[in-house]
Amino acid sequence: MPTRSVRQWLSRHKALIILVPSLLLTAIFVYGFIGTSFFYSLTNWRTLAVDLSLREPIWQTYADMMAMPRFQADLRNTVVFTVLFITLAIGIGLSLAILLDRQFKGRSFFRSAYLFPYALSFIVTGVVWRWLFNPETGVNLFLDLFGINKGLAALGMGPLKPGWTTDPEVVLSVNRVLAAVWPGGATFQIEWGIPVALIPVAIAATWQLSGFVMAMYLGGLAGIETSVRDAARIDGAGELRMYRSVIIPMLTPITISTAIILLHVSLKIFDLVFAMSGVGPGFATDVPAIFVFEMMFTAARYNLGTAASIVMLMASCLVIVPYLIHTFRSRE
Amino acid sequence: MKPPSRKNTEQRSPILNRVRSLRSSILASLGLALGLGLVLSACQSEQAAPNQNVEVFSWWTSGSEAAALEAVFDAYRTQYPETDIVNASIAGGGGSAARPVLQTRLVGGNPPDTWQTHHGAEVQNQYISPGFTESLHDLYVEEGWYDLFAADLVETISKDGEPHMVLINLHRSNILWYNKPLLAEHGVEVGKSLDYDELFVIADQLRSADIAPLCMGDAGIWANGIMFENTLVGVIGPARYQGLWDGSTKFNDADVKQAIATYGRLLDYLNSDHAALSWDQAVDKLIEGSCAFYSMGDWAYGELTQAGLVDNEDFGWVPHPGSEDAYILVTDGFTLAQGAPNPEAARNMLRVMGQRNVQQEFNLLKGSICARSDCDRSVFSPYLQWAMDSYTNTTSVPTVVHGSAAPADFRQALNDALTDYVVRRDEDAFAETLAREARMSGFGQ
Repeated sequence: MPTRSVRQWLSRHKALIILVPSLLLTAIFVYGFIGTSFFYSLTNWRTLAVDLSLREPIWQTYADMMAMPRFQADLRNTVVFTVLFITLAIGIGLSLAILLDRQFKGRSFFRSAYLFPYALSFIVTGVVWRWLFNPETGVNLFLDLFGINKGLAALGMGPLKPGWTTDPEVVLSVNRVLAAVWPGGATFQIEWGIPVALIPVAIAATWQLSGFVMAMYLGGLAGIETSVRDAARIDGAGELRMYRSVIIPMLTPITISTAIILLHVSLKIFDLVFAMSGVGPGFATDVPAIFVFEMMFTAARYNLGTAASIVMLMASCLVIVPYLIHTFRSRE
Repeated sequence: MKPPSRKNTEQRSPILNRVRSLRSSILASLGLALGLGLVLSACQSEQAAPNQNVEVFSWWTSGSEAAALEAVFDAYRTQYPETDIVNASIAGGGGSAARPVLQTRLVGGNPPDTWQTHHGAEVQNQYISPGFTESLHDLYVEEGWYDLFAADLVETISKDGEPHMVLINLHRSNILWYNKPLLAEHGVEVGKSLDYDELFVIADQLRSADIAPLCMGDAGIWANGIMFENTLVGVIGPARYQGLWDGSTKFNDADVKQAIATYGRLLDYLNSDHAALSWDQAVDKLIEGSCAFYSMGDWAYGELTQAGLVDNEDFGWVPHPGSEDAYILVTDGFTLAQGAPNPEAARNMLRVMGQRNVQQEFNLLKGSICARSDCDRSVFSPYLQWAMDSYTNTTSVPTVVHGSAAPADFRQALNDALTDYVVRRDEDAFAETLAREARMSGFGQ
């Protein structure tokens, strides 16, 4: 009977049928649009009037982009920001978690207090820290208040007045080293180093997310049984030694997932930087997402904007894909 | 596998029951909320029905700008009391934040009835040629505007001889404002004009007295773009500057490089916190006297008068050095959307914007001069009278920063090249980048 075989087929492929709508939507709205964006990045479309003719040679938009000092600075900033931000956030988050893992009065208060910034929008954080790091009215006032500048003046030195996000300097430049190892390195139009203006931005991002890191680690610490600690103590380990050699290594899976989550925050960051410092002096705080936004919506250079977003996607894939493979393997 | 014991299921069932009752109460409250929402929205639409709306999209939100826009709205309300005005202003100097929103709305087929834009390349490339605007020929004929607006200006906002925009005001972008009492304190008096040598002498003197000679607020880089453009016109002159847009002048010509060098010298005299300030915060610095000169368009004049300062007493002005013969023209005007939701109300809004007394009222507050040529000179302040006179005996030239001279991709390229140059100071790289970007943008061939 045909109805029976249909029913059988239906029941055998129940999972497939339930999944089809979402697979279809994902195919269109994620992969379809990635494909469309990639196609646009190869065209001549650089005004509001649509022009979908392919560019000659086909990769020219990517070549132009890589030659732009601004995009080179964006790539540098992403690397520097990621390293600064992840190191600071994991360092501070882990320390907070270890401190708050103990039994003491008011510890739930502190837990909520440190987690609270995570609930704010990046725009709010950006605006607040923009004011805090204003060179005329922000934290620099403390330098006067605490008499640091008076002391410096007494020593015959100029006042200490960091420019924070307005400082165009790039320190610890490695251009010469790069040029020595790789002949192409001499053609870089930007300084490969740490843009000073990016440090306050990394601090603001850390302030927002270290509470989240703390929460992750608190979860991990709660999973470590007291017998492990007792065993370490019986073996004669002091507090420091116990954390260094036992607890922190046991938290490695947490560290990896946290780092991956923070990494994708930092690769895609836009709102915090946009509200706090914009592109910064000499692109010191520019990031690829701001580049995409400005090229798409103020310059209407759709081919360049989509090319940059494809590069951003590739960067995220470089991080996420190995992580996913690792996760699936360990599950099997 | 062990079958679940009977006892277990019995234990679970009260919980299941509770979940079920919870679910039904959630559903009930959702239904109630939905029903209430429907009733409320029905009430709203009934209330809104007799009234018409007109949505006006602009980036006028700062003190003098908002006040000027409100004056137009007041005039509209008196003449057309049955229509409600929806003020869709988005903050951000020069429309830097508003334009992306507008672009999205236009492409998405959800245009505001009328929106603010600049004459020349901006309105032509972004709005007229993709077909987002409608011809206003009929309105110009009805109101007799063809005789009242300068013909060469109307041409820059027209397609096939029909204007697509109503201009409300004219700004001059190349003005050097100064704090008069501050300069007097240091024994400096400025005449009718200033050349670069004189300016640098004064600047050195001020700097040795611990005053920032030049004000700047380039948190959005465009304010620095104004100073660059002014210096460019000042050094190469209006005729050569015009040539940049038709190709007779190239961005890597020797005189343009010299202009870049002069601009680079000016950059050495800025207030140290310029990168943290917006353009109007830099006006505040000029007012409080922590910096002395500010090369900025006369929209700064509106800020100065709003702060209660008096022309020629508290502040003075000269054309930006070298640019005495040039009027870098920044206009504001409004369009009529193709497929506007309320075309009649929008047409009336544009009609009001073009009226003589409305333009007078508006420009008194905004600190600019009328786009119409028949405004009463005597109602304007000393600065605006000076601006009206200078408009008639100078060459007016377009601006990149405000979109009139070149397409949007070149404006972005100029902003990026400036951001780079301000820090790296590589004159040749700057000039070559601009030349290449002009070529790629497709003008000046």
